[in-house]
Amino acid sequence: MARSSVSLNASVKVSRAGFALDVQLDVEEGETVAVLGPNGAGKTTLLRALSGLVPIVGRVELAGEVLEDSAHRLRVATEQRQIGLVFQDHVLFPHLNVLDNVAFGLKARHRSDAKQVARLWLESAGLSDKASSMPRELSGGQAQRVALLRTLATEPKLLLLDEPLSALDVTIRAEVRRELARQLASFGGVRILVTHDPLEAIALADRLVVLESGRIVQSGTPDEVTARPRSRFVADLAGVNLLRGKGRGDHVELTSGASVAAPDAGEGDVFAVIHPRAVALYLSRPEGTPRNVWHGQVEDIDLHGDRVRVRVKSSVPLVAEVTPASVSELRLRAEAEVWVSVKATEVSVYPA
Amino acid sequence: MALAGLGLLFFLLPLAGLILRAPWDQAVAGVTAPETATALELSLFCSVAATVVAIVLGIPLALVLSRTTGNLRNLLRALTTLPMVLPPVVGGVALLLAFGRRGIVGSFLYQAFGIQIPFTTAAAVMAETFVAMPFLVIAVEAGLRSLDPRYEEAARALGARGWMVFARVTLPLLRPAIFSGAVLCWARALGEFGATITFAGNFPGRTQTVPVAVYVALETRPDSAIVLSLVLLAVSLAILVGMRDRWLGAL
Repeated sequence: MARSSVSLNASVKVSRAGFALDVQLDVEEGETVAVLGPNGAGKTTLLRALSGLVPIVGRVELAGEVLEDSAHRLRVATEQRQIGLVFQDHVLFPHLNVLDNVAFGLKARHRSDAKQVARLWLESAGLSDKASSMPRELSGGQAQRVALLRTLATEPKLLLLDEPLSALDVTIRAEVRRELARQLASFGGVRILVTHDPLEAIALADRLVVLESGRIVQSGTPDEVTARPRSRFVADLAGVNLLRGKGRGDHVELTSGASVAAPDAGEGDVFAVIHPRAVALYLSRPEGTPRNVWHGQVEDIDLHGDRVRVRVKSSVPLVAEVTPASVSELRLRAEAEVWVSVKATEVSVYPA
Repeated sequence: MALAGLGLLFFLLPLAGLILRAPWDQAVAGVTAPETATALELSLFCSVAATVVAIVLGIPLALVLSRTTGNLRNLLRALTTLPMVLPPVVGGVALLLAFGRRGIVGSFLYQAFGIQIPFTTAAAVMAETFVAMPFLVIAVEAGLRSLDPRYEEAARALGARGWMVFARVTLPLLRPAIFSGAVLCWARALGEFGATITFAGNFPGRTQTVPVAVYVALETRPDSAIVLSLVLLAVSLAILVGMRDRWLGAL
């Protein structure tokens, strides 16, 4: 059945010695899906399979065109797929300058105006002055931005990003992430981002797909997935308390008006991240003067293996992770009144 | 320590002999003498031609080698590297049996087209190519194996087809490997003696390359032989100095 919209419908099975990937993935036009999972979960294999670099058992359909259908022995070669693949560490051609790198895909399509178009793309990203630089002369962030431009210039229908920020220095990651978010927003096709960094996934994606050992264990909006993590990996990494607000130097001002003290909150739009294990619960207002103390009400209690996740409703909604022993000690149950406290040093702040 | 010194001396003494006994006063005249100049010119032409042939045939061979695995690869590799360990004179005999007038290919060439290869300049080029091409193949294959496959994958994902990937990405990235392989190959071709004299003979101006000329001259004009040897030594030293980073690091 042909579809007019640029959607991706893929059923991908790849088996190799000791590893099997089995994923059903449907992504709508204009949607950014982040495939999140630990190393070795099969994320990169999934991208390579969608690119046609790894043969699959299954079917891949993009914008109504069948790219691969193992049942009918049909397989469109990588170079004939309208896809864009951005690698973790840019993989710019080291022997070509920035302009020729960006023009490469256009030349491959025999566009006579390849260089002019490439120049426009560089201009749009404010990289015109780097046109004749060689890749080795670029900073990591610049190289990754050029790699993205090189891919976008071919106007793919499916954009595949393999850990696009993880090779970058932490100090510039936020800047490149912002630019990436802007570029993704203006890109019309289907966008799939692979990452092991939940923050990156949450910052960039509309939907998270959590992959573990080659299988999807959970899928949903970032809020849904972080609120109800269904796997150890998500619980450990994505199951964090994620608060959005404005940095105000020594605290973060949340949209609700509440404020969270943090040692280095910076300025502008930020994420404040608090690990559930760093959230302490008390029956009465704790002694001493920790700056982050709120009064609230237990919303629900979720047993998760040997750990218990307690969701507390207060001016700063938080999830605490405690032991079963303390649940009984504190006589925690739904609607119980509790005091919540978090040390300021346990609050990590990232620019949004 | 003593044995190491002895080993070093073993290398250095002949070189010292060559340099000390060289008729330096006649060196310039020796190099520019007509017979010497002819041999040098021919050597230069044959070795460069052999290198060009090796590049044209050797790169595709290296590509095939780098993309095969298992037993087939071992077999292909053994076959291509055989000339490196084969005594060159055996190579020359083998070439004669293949391309000689009564050889398996040569008899056909002679009967159908009247073409005779042995004892021509073409034969000298072929002999040098036979012996020297493995050096290029090995270097290029090593370059291909160490090439990050993602460059080619990135090119394909950008829409480049086979030939464009090869010409615009693979080949430029292989340039250092091709270059060092070509220099090694050229040096080996320049010094080729055994296969050349067996398959191409010793005809001044046609097949008498410098090493052949050295061997012949040693009987009749020893001074000339020493001068020619010095020329070859100088070329070898120049290559060693010019490529020291590439070789001494890699080999």
